[in-house]
Amino acid sequence: MGSTVGPHGRVRRLVTGTVALLAAAGLVTACGSGDGGGGGGGSADADGVDDGATLTMWTRAATRPQSEALVKAYNDSHRNKIELTVVPTDDYQAKVGAAAGSKDLPDLFASDVVFVPNYTSSRLFADLTERIDALPFAEHLAQSHIKAGTYEDKKYVVPHTLDLSVLFYNKDLYRKAKLDPDKPPTSLSEWDRQARAVDALGGGVNGTFFGGNCGGCGVFTWWPSVWAAGEEVLNKEGTRATLASDTAKKVYDTYRGWVTDDIVAPGAREETGTTWTGVFPKGKVGVMPMPSTTLGLMPKDLDLGVAPIPGPDGGRSTFVGGDAIGISATSESADQAWNFLAWSLGDKAQVDVVAAHKDVVARTDLASNKYSKADPRLVTVNELVADGRTPYALKFGQTFNDPNGPWLSLMRDAVFGDGASVDKDNDAVSASLAD
Amino acid sequence: MQVKEAAEPRTRPERRVRPSRVTAPRWHSRTAQGLAYAAPTALFVAVFFLLPLLLVGRMSLSDWPLLAGDRGLNAPENYADATDSTLFWPAVRFTLLYTVIVTVALLGLALLLALLVQESRPGAGFFRTVYFLPSALGLASASLLFWGLYSPTTGPLSRILEKLGLVDDPVSFLGTPTSALLSTVFLIVWKFAGFYMLILLVGLQRIPHEVFEAARMDGASRGQIFRSITLPLLRPSLALTLLLCVTGSLLAFDQFFILTKGGPDNSTVTVVQLIYREAFQRLDLGTAAALSIIVLGVLLLLNVLQFRGLRRADES
Repeated sequence: MGSTVGPHGRVRRLVTGTVALLAAAGLVTACGSGDGGGGGGGSADADGVDDGATLTMWTRAATRPQSEALVKAYNDSHRNKIELTVVPTDDYQAKVGAAAGSKDLPDLFASDVVFVPNYTSSRLFADLTERIDALPFAEHLAQSHIKAGTYEDKKYVVPHTLDLSVLFYNKDLYRKAKLDPDKPPTSLSEWDRQARAVDALGGGVNGTFFGGNCGGCGVFTWWPSVWAAGEEVLNKEGTRATLASDTAKKVYDTYRGWVTDDIVAPGAREETGTTWTGVFPKGKVGVMPMPSTTLGLMPKDLDLGVAPIPGPDGGRSTFVGGDAIGISATSESADQAWNFLAWSLGDKAQVDVVAAHKDVVARTDLASNKYSKADPRLVTVNELVADGRTPYALKFGQTFNDPNGPWLSLMRDAVFGDGASVDKDNDAVSASLAD
Repeated sequence: MQVKEAAEPRTRPERRVRPSRVTAPRWHSRTAQGLAYAAPTALFVAVFFLLPLLLVGRMSLSDWPLLAGDRGLNAPENYADATDSTLFWPAVRFTLLYTVIVTVALLGLALLLALLVQESRPGAGFFRTVYFLPSALGLASASLLFWGLYSPTTGPLSRILEKLGLVDDPVSFLGTPTSALLSTVFLIVWKFAGFYMLILLVGLQRIPHEVFEAARMDGASRGQIFRSITLPLLRPSLALTLLLCVTGSLLAFDQFFILTKGGPDNSTVTVVQLIYREAFQRLDLGTAAALSIIVLGVLLLLNVLQFRGLRRADES
């Protein structure tokens, strides 16, 4: 995968020239806030150092637009320059692992937040506890990400991009199916009824869609339905799974019903996660869970609504995913790298880069901003951060994301099979977590 | 005479000794020259093959997480872990099945193509080029291309078949274990048939034309000619293609990694994919190294057996 350097990168669709101006203003704000909140930091001041250093940074393709927008705005307004490399999502863990082995990690690297515990416990990130605590808005940072990046009481990462799972529904199709376009499902059974109603339209229209051969998709879109019922899927230490609970089985049963009755758009069985977000924008799917980061990328003429993912009998939750970012333990430019991180969390970057792109802000005190006020869907998403969870497990990747791992077997047995082996599969998931 | 005769042997050794004294440094210099010629290759082999091999051997005996590095010897735990994995034996079985199917399909088609374009008729050059063209593509690119073609959501193949009325529902090229295997075999045959055709074509053209002429004069049928002349005389080329094809198929990785990721339901996991999974999903270099050593051993054994078999066939 090629590398894209911010100023020359392919970010035309996201960032206009105005961002540069706004980001320049952001620099002033960031410095100001540092002066106000200084004193608690380490040797360098709370804002780090902007002395014209060249920094390297990695991110995965799934959150590329967000990273590119932030990097471009930073490069346009700072003397430090960040060279951003985007790595294919599926290869990211392997790339980081190999680089960690040969001590070739970049100064900054973002990571899918679920892999962060694995990296912090392997000491790949530098300790940022003092620097994070010195931020004037430290307590407002998305706590699910901060928690995922805390290991042995030390903080190693800050939120970079927040990606929440939410329901997208196609209002045009809802109208055609005689459903109220302002009443998205509030329970799994309502979701089921509405999906079936849209599917009945026929003519290439389907009720719903999901990535049926993609463990990460299942984690991201199925678990919120269990959490919405007030239940857990993992124990606190992330060493045992309860994915065969009655609630979980109810969720699988609903999905299996969609498969059996052909309510799902073609390709769900093979969907490995590469193209699962590309189905809804074609306008032929009624209602399905999607990543909130894709909201800004949807076609302008698609009339879509956003709703929280419900549980079997109501409730709401979300998977607070996305990327957290830290400074690698081997970086020799930690002060300069921190300058980027501190800036990226400041008011201007969060509002005028992140929120302007219809993304979820990393700070709860900015959840309501001028952009979210203009688009009620953003308010729905921003408010969900408080109801959402980020699961914690050291062996997350090999258990849930591995295409040959035990969770994908559970998913497929439960939904494409008869669901009889869910209990046995759950034991295999627990065994992998405790490996 | 006698004196002369006596004198000659006396002088001969002298002459012999003298030149040998003169050539001794030359002999040394020739050795040095030879060593100098061989040194770069030897160095290359040592640095890029022997050293890594030793490292892999050492790794396979150690607890060596990818993120944390060497944690000391733990032999033979990695080998036990590697073979205890629930995916190990299914992967071995699948890799062998895949190798047999691909080898038969690929060499059969390659031979057929080679026979078709063997003679220099008008247009033969065109077809040779066409058949060979897919070989110019990298395997990863070809796999990505087919992944796109097969995709039920974005690919055109299924839609074309539907439009033609050949199927009613979208075709799931990679959705079932059998269709995933056959779709991958199709890609590999498409990609490599031309390459093996080329090797066989060279072999075919080395068979003297007169042999065929003579057989035809004697009234041999086409079938008889093929069985009794073409096949036996083509044996060295067939042996080479067989060796390449079997080794390549046992090491299959790219095509499955891109097309199926070992799915659906772990039905297309090859042994090399297991190595990748241990190293980069489970982040356990020790077990990955143990698997690599096992695969290396099996390949060595197979190659030795194949060479022996072929030599015996040549002698007979």
